[in-house]
Amino acid sequence: MERRAFLETAGGLGAALVIGFRIPNRREQDPALFAPNAWLRIGTDDSILVLVDRSEMGQGVTTALPMLLAEELEADWTKVKIEFAPADKAYINPLFGMQGTGGSTSVRAAWTPLRKAGAAAREVLIAAAAQRWDVKTTECRAERGAVVHAKTKRRLRYGQLAARAATLPVPADVPLKDPKAWRIAGKPMNRLDTPVKVNGRAKFGIDVSMPGMRVAVVARSPVFGGKVKSFDATRAKAVDGVRDVVPISSGIAVVGSGYWPAKQGRDALQVVWDEGPTAGVSSATISQLFAERAAQAGVVARHDGDPDGALGGAPQRVEAVYELPFLAHATMEPMNCSAHVRPDGVDIWAPTQFQTGAQGLGAQIGGVPPEKVQVHTTYLGGGFGRRFELDFIQEALEVSKAVGAPVKVIWSREDDIRNAQYRPANYHKMAAGVDAAGRPVAWTHRIVAPSIMARVFPNAVQNGLDNEAVEGGKEMAYTVPNVHVDYQLTDTGIPVGFWRSVNNSYNAFAVETFIDELAAAAKADPFEYRRGLLTNAPRHRGVLELAAAKAGWGTPLPAGRARGIAVHKSFESYVAQVAEVSVSSDGAVRVHRVVCAVDCGMHVNPSTIEAQMQSCIVFGLTAALKGAITIENGRVVQSNFNDYEMLRMADMPLVEVYIVPSTEAPGGIGEPGTPPIAPAVGNAIFALTGKRIRKLPFGTVV
Amino acid sequence: MPSYSLTVNGRPYTVFAAADTPLLWVLRDNLGLTGTKFGCGIAQCGACTVHLDGEATRSCVTPISGVGTAKVTTIEGLSPTATTASHRVQKAWVAEDVPQCGYCQSGQVMAAAALLAKTPDPSDAQIDEAMTNICRCGTYQRIRAAVHRAAKEA
Repeated sequence: MERRAFLETAGGLGAALVIGFRIPNRREQDPALFAPNAWLRIGTDDSILVLVDRSEMGQGVTTALPMLLAEELEADWTKVKIEFAPADKAYINPLFGMQGTGGSTSVRAAWTPLRKAGAAAREVLIAAAAQRWDVKTTECRAERGAVVHAKTKRRLRYGQLAARAATLPVPADVPLKDPKAWRIAGKPMNRLDTPVKVNGRAKFGIDVSMPGMRVAVVARSPVFGGKVKSFDATRAKAVDGVRDVVPISSGIAVVGSGYWPAKQGRDALQVVWDEGPTAGVSSATISQLFAERAAQAGVVARHDGDPDGALGGAPQRVEAVYELPFLAHATMEPMNCSAHVRPDGVDIWAPTQFQTGAQGLGAQIGGVPPEKVQVHTTYLGGGFGRRFELDFIQEALEVSKAVGAPVKVIWSREDDIRNAQYRPANYHKMAAGVDAAGRPVAWTHRIVAPSIMARVFPNAVQNGLDNEAVEGGKEMAYTVPNVHVDYQLTDTGIPVGFWRSVNNSYNAFAVETFIDELAAAAKADPFEYRRGLLTNAPRHRGVLELAAAKAGWGTPLPAGRARGIAVHKSFESYVAQVAEVSVSSDGAVRVHRVVCAVDCGMHVNPSTIEAQMQSCIVFGLTAALKGAITIENGRVVQSNFNDYEMLRMADMPLVEVYIVPSTEAPGGIGEPGTPPIAPAVGNAIFALTGKRIRKLPFGTVV
Repeated sequence: MPSYSLTVNGRPYTVFAAADTPLLWVLRDNLGLTGTKFGCGIAQCGACTVHLDGEATRSCVTPISGVGTAKVTTIEGLSPTATTASHRVQKAWVAEDVPQCGYCQSGQVMAAAALLAKTPDPSDAQIDEAMTNICRCGTYQRIRAAVHRAAKEA
């Protein structure tokens, strides 16, 4: 297939949202370069360049995606280099219809296309060698970056074949290897981006610089939704190094020669804000609103059997209310973006999860067609969903346009904590009817929460139902004959967004805490109770049993310790965790050990899976033990790591990860480890102290 | 703006900056040494850790006027050649495949190098005490393993 045709076909998978353009053609500089598709460039120097079309935010795509391609290519892994792909319709995430990274989709989306790309390229290289030697292709085979003619023991490296391969047609559909024959994929591999991340050379968004570039720090309304009433730039402009003060849509930007003068200028700026209606909102009023809404029926997400009848007729009824706070992402790299808006085009250098969005915004603000907008994706110093947003990109574009120069906008940590799109605060009203044997005959779950989709993709909310808001609650996997799950979409005025594992993060807590409450009511072992109700959910049961076995469930622990368990499916992967917990005399919760079993189907890099499970657990544990964004008068109370605390080395439990061997379709890995940890810890606290904590974070247990 | 003379990674520099400018921003914006990262600005996270005369120091709260004659070492100067990353801590980080997003790792590596210079074979408790840098990706378990590995390979 012609390269152009290939790109068009690949682009055809996407939605009309995306506008593509020609990828800068390296062949113009090097006609000998073999560029059979959008992801691969083989040079005459044997270099194998893989264009990574997903954002690297720690989850390991810069290694996993090349592994998929290199496996089929029969590449010499030591020759593989990476570069981030530009914004182009060739790189649309087929699971989104847009070029973006999220939802733990990267490996799932690349699974077939990247292997096919590698396999087709391999066949072309074999054809090139056969042509050169004037032998049949069937007499040749590819191995470790070369084509070999076994009979004559001749061998040509891919670099030696690149120029000829570039002139040959690329086959459309080449059969893929049996995973049993894999030698790269499926094996634990060190990350390709590690070397540059231990010597300071990895370029993150905040590291972008160029001649003439200025740095901007923005004053934003302290209250969500507030607007500038008036401002006085006199004091800001008096700061040495401040050059411009420009109003933009999110506030007032102070532009200087570097971050420090711009920040000093921003702090000296005097702004009068029209705070708007959200100034009356506080965490207490939100809790009250949630409780009121929980008393009213929601929009039905799931309804099996006759839950009301079964609930009324059951000999025992168990009820519980859970409440979880807003949470900030707090990526280690604060939000930032560099942009250069010129009359003839726009360049954006961004640590972004959403290239299509960045390109569209650049076109809109720059007043140029999308093909004139170049998006340069840098390394991301953490993402967690925060960098799917475009607010920081919009600021850089607006300031650059206003001052007519390349501009880097940098947020302080305080800006980051106080101007996010938070994991929604949420509230759950649960009830179950239990039979004489302690088994649930009815399960009802009302989810009260703001909707992320209502802000981001409003068309996804139909008749008040946001299917994302109920994810992980609606799919409750325990065998209960009568189930009702409904949703009360409740806006609070506080912006909400995607936060690692999204709404699974709260629904898993509700489901896995409540099932534990039912086990306690039945005086049953929490593991055995779950196991008995997962008869129709073999993969849930599989990870549950594996985690319990590896944790030594039921075996004695040192005095003052107890175990808790939880299991949850999200992003097509199944994760169970057993947490081993103690509570000190002053009420401090300490998690000593977490045993994690994961079934993510077929997988690429077990080393990354282990790392991602550890990462998910730390992320979820940080939230469970310490995390809360609270609101007073429409403002975020917390400001920095002193009052929005993170787990540190001394708090780190020993995490053991066990991967279930599987031939199922691949699942996600960047998020599914987060949802189970909070309920596992809460259930352990209950097992230890008899205290059921129904409001997060756990804080101190008194 | 006043001028300051300082020695970074063995090289002399003269910079013009306001007296209260943190060393972090002098390194990043004046000298283009962007390996040292900005994370919080209040010495909480340690992403900005550099060595001042060998001591792990949070450069985001170290005003340039306070650096004086102290020799500054950044991640770029930790090993003799910046591109090879040959310091034993860097090698251990590679062997344990520690980084995820990688943003905090310059600071983590600098903190570990300073720890090992003083405490050649630290216990877990000593690691807990010295390695207070935040990693939002949660690489702590591999960091601990890498510190122990670097200690063994001294």
